Amino acid sequence: MNIPMIEMQVARYSPERDAQPYLQRFEVPVKPEWVILDALNYIKDKLDGTLTFRWSCRMGICGSCGYMVNNEPKLGCATFLSQYLPGPIKIEPLSNFPVVRDLVVEISEFLEKLKRVKPWLIHENGNGAGEYLQTPSQLEEFRQHSMCINCLLCYAACPISGLDPVFIGPAALALAQRYNKDSRDQGAEERMAILSHPEGIWGCTFVGECTKVCPKHVDPAGAIQQYKLAAAMEGIKQFLMPWGQRQEER
Amino acid sequence: MVNKETEPIFWTLFSAGGVVAALFLPAQLFLFGIAVPLGWVHAPAHAGMLELLQSPITRIYLFIVCSLPLFHFAHRFRYTLYDGLQIKHLNEMVFAGCYGVAIIGTLLAAYLVVTV
Amino acid sequence: MSRAGQAPAPIRPTPTPTQETAPTYTEFHPRWYRPPISTYWWLGKSAYVKFILRELSSVAVAWTVALLLVQIRAISRGGDAYTRFLHRMSSPWMIAINIIAFAFLMLHSITWFNLAPKAMAVRIRGIRVPGLLISGPQYMAWIAISAIIFAIVLTR
Repeated sequence: MNIPMIEMQVARYSPERDAQPYLQRFEVPVKPEWVILDALNYIKDKLDGTLTFRWSCRMGICGSCGYMVNNEPKLGCATFLSQYLPGPIKIEPLSNFPVVRDLVVEISEFLEKLKRVKPWLIHENGNGAGEYLQTPSQLEEFRQHSMCINCLLCYAACPISGLDPVFIGPAALALAQRYNKDSRDQGAEERMAILSHPEGIWGCTFVGECTKVCPKHVDPAGAIQQYKLAAAMEGIKQFLMPWGQRQEER
Repeated sequence: MVNKETEPIFWTLFSAGGVVAALFLPAQLFLFGIAVPLGWVHAPAHAGMLELLQSPITRIYLFIVCSLPLFHFAHRFRYTLYDGLQIKHLNEMVFAGCYGVAIIGTLLAAYLVVTV
Repeated sequence: MSRAGQAPAPIRPTPTPTQETAPTYTEFHPRWYRPPISTYWWLGKSAYVKFILRELSSVAVAWTVALLLVQIRAISRGGDAYTRFLHRMSSPWMIAINIIAFAFLMLHSITWFNLAPKAMAVRIRGIRVPGLLISGPQYMAWIAISAIIFAIVLTR
């Protein structure tokens, strides 16, 4: 049986040697069920053991294997090689992130932004003592936004994330909305100060690419736009009626 | 000028202006920008247009249709200049320029609409 | 490669090497590569081009308002001014510009109405209202309003 081969152009960058990334070419067999991750592991096993890339679950739930495949952000475990025949396939690290080595990007800034939006249940009971009752329709309000696997494809697709590194970004803002919309949460006011900010939702210009590339259909663009409406009304209320301010945060 | 207190106001103006521009402006431009010059319809007589403009409803309508879309333009164009041309360092100038146009336009509209 | 028994130092984003500073290698810490973003970043993907065109439609909006203001001024200054205004609008350049501006206005309206449902999560009895039920009425309103404007102006 004749297995077709496809050319993979993989970005290589070694901080000790190179001033900037370059593309290295490999020929990889295209088995019918193979995905990008299989190809990268084939390269690492048989062709060049120094290739460095992140991956883990290989089934689209850990969010580790995000790369730019022919300039589109994709999950390596969810993108079939056969759809790119006859090739070539260009694999580069995710855009809008600093490159540590080869296909590995530095995500510490994102993790800081994620923490900043307070993505946890804020309730006057403190650490959630007792049980909360939640109907299925209340769950449905935020369920979509809870599916995020932090794969960062949305940050790679969002031009604002590239142009403005302080922009909090689609995934973090969608996660904040997941908690804002949760009926068990009482922290909407606390989060508003962080989100209703030029670095937060107001930096977003609704390009919409984040929603398009999301592998879990989280719809961060929708989450952000819905929050803009709520934050705008709240902001105008506070502007027109600055008296009667809310209590100081405990 | 651009901070977290004022952004909601600018966004709301942008939003309102966007709705007004989307609903009303295409018909306005089509009439006197394309249909009349190309002879598809006859231009209304001056006397009729003057009478139309002097009605208070038309004055209010025209003021809204001229003012709000300008604020929509100001907000959107400000962000386009930041993102497209990456001139964040000219922040203050861009802001003043865009909203300056909107404010001047609004004042002009008010003056014209009152003195018709 | 951390010293045995000690936890590795926490990762802190270091200042990225710019053109001015010579890249130095901090032991145990890689030199990150941050590619600069070109002014023409938006030409790279068709989705970005469509986005920038949508944003540039705001210029057509401002242009239309300017024309409206000029028209109001012409009408209020008398019949001659109005005739001169109509004459200037019939010049080939003006018609060409206005056709382009009209195309951008249409782009603005269509993208605006199509994006509205995404910005509003309307639920009736827990079921998300389909987008068409939100943008549909807006399109109807648009057509109705345009018809009313034509009717009012053309019956003068």
